Amino acid sequence: MAKAATKKTKSNADDYLRMYRQMVRIRTFEDNANQLYLSAKMPGLTHMYSGEEAVAVGICEALTDDDRITSTHRGHGHCVAKGAEFKEMFCELLGKAEGYCRGKGGSMHIADQSHGNLGANAIVGGSMGIATGSALRAKLQGSDDVTVCFFGDGATAQGLWYEVMNMAALWKLPVIYACENNGYSEYTKTEEIAAGSIMARAEAFGIESHQVDGQDVLAVNELTQKLVARARKGEGPFFMELMTYRYHGHHVGDINREYYRSKDEEKDWKDNRDPIIRFRAYLVEQGIATEEEIEAMNAEIETDAAEAVAYAEKAPYPPANEVDMHVYAD
Amino acid sequence: MREITLSQAVNEALAEEMRRDETVFILGEDVAEAGTPFKVLSGLVEEFGTDRVIDTPISEPGFVGLAVGAAMTGARPVVDLMFGDFIYLVMDQLCNQAAKQHYMSGGKLQVPMVLRTNMGATRRSAAQHSQSLQALVAHIPGLKVAMPSSAYEAKGLMKTAIRDNNPVVIFEDKLMYQDKAPVPEEEYLIPFGEANVKREGRDITLIATSSMVQVAEKAAVMLAKEGIEAEVIDPRTIVPLDEETLLESVKKTSRAIVIDEGHQSYGVTAEIASRLNEKVFYHLDAPVLRMGAMDVPVPFSPALEDLTVPTPEGVVENARKLCAGEMIHAA
Repeated sequence: MAKAATKKTKSNADDYLRMYRQMVRIRTFEDNANQLYLSAKMPGLTHMYSGEEAVAVGICEALTDDDRITSTHRGHGHCVAKGAEFKEMFCELLGKAEGYCRGKGGSMHIADQSHGNLGANAIVGGSMGIATGSALRAKLQGSDDVTVCFFGDGATAQGLWYEVMNMAALWKLPVIYACENNGYSEYTKTEEIAAGSIMARAEAFGIESHQVDGQDVLAVNELTQKLVARARKGEGPFFMELMTYRYHGHHVGDINREYYRSKDEEKDWKDNRDPIIRFRAYLVEQGIATEEEIEAMNAEIETDAAEAVAYAEKAPYPPANEVDMHVYAD
Repeated sequence: MREITLSQAVNEALAEEMRRDETVFILGEDVAEAGTPFKVLSGLVEEFGTDRVIDTPISEPGFVGLAVGAAMTGARPVVDLMFGDFIYLVMDQLCNQAAKQHYMSGGKLQVPMVLRTNMGATRRSAAQHSQSLQALVAHIPGLKVAMPSSAYEAKGLMKTAIRDNNPVVIFEDKLMYQDKAPVPEEEYLIPFGEANVKREGRDITLIATSSMVQVAEKAAVMLAKEGIEAEVIDPRTIVPLDEETLLESVKKTSRAIVIDEGHQSYGVTAEIASRLNEKVFYHLDAPVLRMGAMDVPVPFSPALEDLTVPTPEGVVENARKLCAGEMIHAA
């Protein structure tokens, strides 16, 4: 950071470095999660967020711990970006007692209430009501927190979205619908499942809508900051369509996928539009960090992840008497 | 003691809880100025305003979803689902979202919401506005299910439901909204999981829910004239279920009929009868009998609809046979 002479970036240097760090943490988390699956150490399946890091980080860096998010089956990125720790996350992925949900939720249900993450959701579009309800609560109680509802392009086919957008627009709720358009609805191209324009659907309810390059963390962050500030003042709701790409298949077991998308297409996104590579080059070019500093940061994150994985592998499973615990709250 | 209608009792419970706790609000179709089609909520919007008595579009999954999210983040919504039949529309929000949040999060998240809706046939409303679907939700771990049988229960159970930290579904019998019962002026709550012995008897136990409590009580009066003393028990909540009171009664009487207005197959009656068989089999002098609604969609024609629900006469006939030791081949 010694070379951070550029006037424009100087004051933002810490923010930028944190955004880079968070993106690398997500990618590293996912690489480790994938290895746990491939080595048969993880029960069940998981859905990789790799490739979409700029979306979660750009958005969550514009939020405070009081702001809420709802997440999806592809939710590790949102969870990390909203402030979660590796150790509790890996413990949850392995079904261990020290996981965020004491091993009861797993990859598709991680919730981290202390940072405002109301949880991943394994029903596609299933959390759209929850996010909008959180925003309704904020409005009724006169609180200025904002809720961001993450979902994919596939979820735009769910009727629930249109019901809750209607109410959010009628009542001017502080909710931001963030559609991560990664081009695929599970194993099907989005163009095969979505008629017309996705943005136009939100606009039909009078909701101000924006499309943004989801591989550009600064563009995502800048737009989100503006929308969050306005939502806090009662100018919501808003809709963002974030154009992005998922590097892996629908889930970790979706290996042979050439029947629905080509290896050339995947290679093009990875080589030419990777959000981490792009931002790293920007940081170096702007003199915010040197290559050496970045390598050191990457190495530190890899060590953190390896330690968390090792910890989680050794951590105990929940005791049998927890199986019928937490069905009902006291 | 003063007598008020079931509708007034629900209204009072909501008003009292909304005065006590400002995080309580009502959400649903035509709940504000209209006060619902049954006029149960009349007057509430005048006292609490449209911020706390919120009219929604006709979007059941949407507004139930909003209630789940509001409940998860610190409010206590009471959702009004205009007809119990609409539960099918909200199954994902209720059963996948509300019911499971606490468990899936390892106890971190809570969903303190009430879904109040109704049940009951013979209102000539045909197959999509007459169902009694309590068994569907009672099947789902994480939901509590209350079935008030009079104005007294309707008020006390509603107040308990609002203070409960779990999603609670309350089924009111839509034909009982104008039925009056003694309800104290002073505040009271009815704890969940405590059955009410409505009438004591030594020969047979009639376990009945909601609207069927009246049916069982009428049957008990008729049976008494024949020298058969029936005990009538209202579980009041089917989740949690006060098994102990039911078991103790059947140990004493050695015979039981379970009556509920949901479809008989795979229903509430089957669950309770099965528990009795498992736990007090050696005390029984006759098979435990189920009496539910016929396994047909509710027909419109009065001539047909009245045939589908249990009646006092039907209960008397079955009780008589059980007490006489006659074999009964249940539907």
